[in-house]
Amino acid sequence: MTTLETSQLPVEAPQQTAGAPPRTVLPNRSSPAGQQARRRVGVLRTTDLLALFGALAASLTMTGLLWTQLSPFTGVLGYVVTSWVLFVLIYAVLVSFDESRPTMWDRIALVVVHSLGAVLLGVLIFVVVYTFVRGWSALVHVNFFTQDMRDAGPLDPLTVGGIKHAIVGTLIQVGIALVIAVPLALLAAVFLHEVPGRFSRFVRTVVEAMTALPDILAGLFIFATLILIFGVEKSGLAAATALAVTIVPIITRAADVVLRLVPGSLTEASYALGSGQWRTVWHVVMPTARSGLATAVILGAARAIGETSPVLLTAGFTATFNADPTHNPMVSLPLEAYSLVQSPQKTMIARGFGSAATLLVLVLVLFAIARVIGGRGAGQLTARQQRRSVRASRRDAARYITRLSSAQPALPTESGAP
Amino acid sequence: MTDLAAPERPAPPAPPPRRALKANLGAADRTFRGIARGGGITVLVIMALVGTFLAYRAWQALRKAGFSFLTTQAWDPDGGHFGIAAVIVGTILIALVAVIIAVPLAMGSALYISEYAPRGIQRTLISLVDLMAAVPSVVYGLWGAFLLQWKVISLSRWISDWFGWIPIFKVNGVSRHDPLATPTVYTSSTFIAGMVVALMVTPIACSIMREAFSQAPAGEREGAYALGATRWGMIRSVVLPFGKGAIIGGTMLGLGRALGETIAVVMIISPVFVVQPHILQNGTSSVSSLIALRYGEASGFGLSALMAAGLALFVLTLFVNFAAAAIVARSRSGAVSEV
Repeated sequence: MTTLETSQLPVEAPQQTAGAPPRTVLPNRSSPAGQQARRRVGVLRTTDLLALFGALAASLTMTGLLWTQLSPFTGVLGYVVTSWVLFVLIYAVLVSFDESRPTMWDRIALVVVHSLGAVLLGVLIFVVVYTFVRGWSALVHVNFFTQDMRDAGPLDPLTVGGIKHAIVGTLIQVGIALVIAVPLALLAAVFLHEVPGRFSRFVRTVVEAMTALPDILAGLFIFATLILIFGVEKSGLAAATALAVTIVPIITRAADVVLRLVPGSLTEASYALGSGQWRTVWHVVMPTARSGLATAVILGAARAIGETSPVLLTAGFTATFNADPTHNPMVSLPLEAYSLVQSPQKTMIARGFGSAATLLVLVLVLFAIARVIGGRGAGQLTARQQRRSVRASRRDAARYITRLSSAQPALPTESGAP
Repeated sequence: MTDLAAPERPAPPAPPPRRALKANLGAADRTFRGIARGGGITVLVIMALVGTFLAYRAWQALRKAGFSFLTTQAWDPDGGHFGIAAVIVGTILIALVAVIIAVPLAMGSALYISEYAPRGIQRTLISLVDLMAAVPSVVYGLWGAFLLQWKVISLSRWISDWFGWIPIFKVNGVSRHDPLATPTVYTSSTFIAGMVVALMVTPIACSIMREAFSQAPAGEREGAYALGATRWGMIRSVVLPFGKGAIIGGTMLGLGRALGETIAVVMIISPVFVVQPHILQNGTSSVSSLIALRYGEASGFGLSALMAAGLALFVLTLFVNFAAAAIVARSRSGAVSEV
């Protein structure tokens, strides 16, 4: 504004001299002719609300009419679907009274996209809550977590028997699977990232295609090799191997993506300082990508915990506690849930849902850990890591100073050497 | 530099000998590369072994059945009469139902998260979708078998009543608006199995699509707004074309996952070994559920036949996944500038 006002002075002056060539005249903006109200953007207007609630009321009542009077439909799901379709139609018509055609399509898209998002979210909540509700009667008994199913017959109440064997089995199997899969997958990811070329591109393509390998095929593979050819009995070890085959491509792919996010400037700085490749990988790339790698591993573990079909083929089934992965069948939580709900007894089904709920809790915990660790991008430090690196840096500075002061009297020319 | 110096010289100098760009690696780095390469090769070998072993074990059954393996519907390996016509059709139908339900859902949610959701809850929504992908399939299976199955009956009946004249929606054995029709003809159907598998496929497809949508260039978005586009106009003209590769790729990856889904399908369907084109009707089959249900009682030859079915599934999913990977890689969505 100030620049405008000052520039008006020389403009107004030449206007008074007659005969001079016409010159550009800046409009005087200092005092607008009328009082202008600031336009409000992004505020709900009354017509919007009227259209929304009008359409809602119309669709609900119309569907109600259809349901009760005109046609013998049944079911809540059908009611919701029909009223939703009617709502979109009526809303579009109402909006088109006030607005242009593109705005109408914009509103329709708004409604559709919001409802689809809500459906997905609703289903997730519904699935989780339903599992807990159905399993609640089993979950409230302490013995559900401290006993195995050895003594629990089909007619026994929920105060007898539990899923201790399945919880322990799951932990052992996933543990072994991770021990096998994690080093292999991380090594493969480092290979994909550090040794580029035609071969690693090929490996990457194969790994990506294998992330969607049907999980039952991994089980079938282990069943055909370890169990049938090498004579390993159906056991926790065989199941863990099958799980490892399932999660190796998953972890490899996730870790590869994470490693690609390490800034090139960091590795180049490391090379420029003269360090070799493995030192760069060990001291720069891996620590920078640490949180992302942890997330990749945890997501792989979450996947392994929930796998049923490889375990179904390779672990066998037992109702007793077995902590030895090399001998005798060992059951895991998803398998336990699957086989418990095959029974027609209400108590068994409740136990099955209880196992599924326990499994969900395990997955949720792993997921929460992954979120906490992996929330940051490559190279972003937590407050504690930052403090630690500041302390290390201060120590280095102090070391340089002491070395400088001790070296200076003897060798003054080499003071800058360290 | 050389351009400036060139006129002063009488003749262009001979090109300098090409410098070898190969770094002279130290022993440590050579070892490191060797170990890393070993890791890569091991992973490759494991993956190759899965296919090779399936093919090797399947050979016995395939040689005996010959071409009829693809055309026979029944599954009786010990009687010598077996084939994958029924199960592979069932597998594909379940996967198609799943994808048809999952793609609009995934696209809508991906658009919601990347374009409509308030910035504050965006991260939460992303992790919720990831969480949904991590929910074990047995949990979805329980939900589908114990709850959804019975809720969907009315919808199935409605569709078959009104659209039964379309062959795939036909249900044998019920007449239109028959009040006495037993509801169990609508349970355990391809449709319900497909719905449950769709829930498992949606988060995978959704996260791929969202990734691509959120990378749509800001300049083009603002250009669309500056030309007067509404938000939907901007999405239609900028975001969707940009994410086209990811939409197709995510759909194919979801299809690959849906083809191989086992436990939820086993919990819902009641297996039949005839081609069942009526998706609303009780009874269907899939390759993975066939393996899960029959491996225990199978004889040596029966196992070989199961391996052959597994091999067919393997080839099918591998084909779908490779196609998906190629499409995703070729789309513009993957282009990210180097940091």
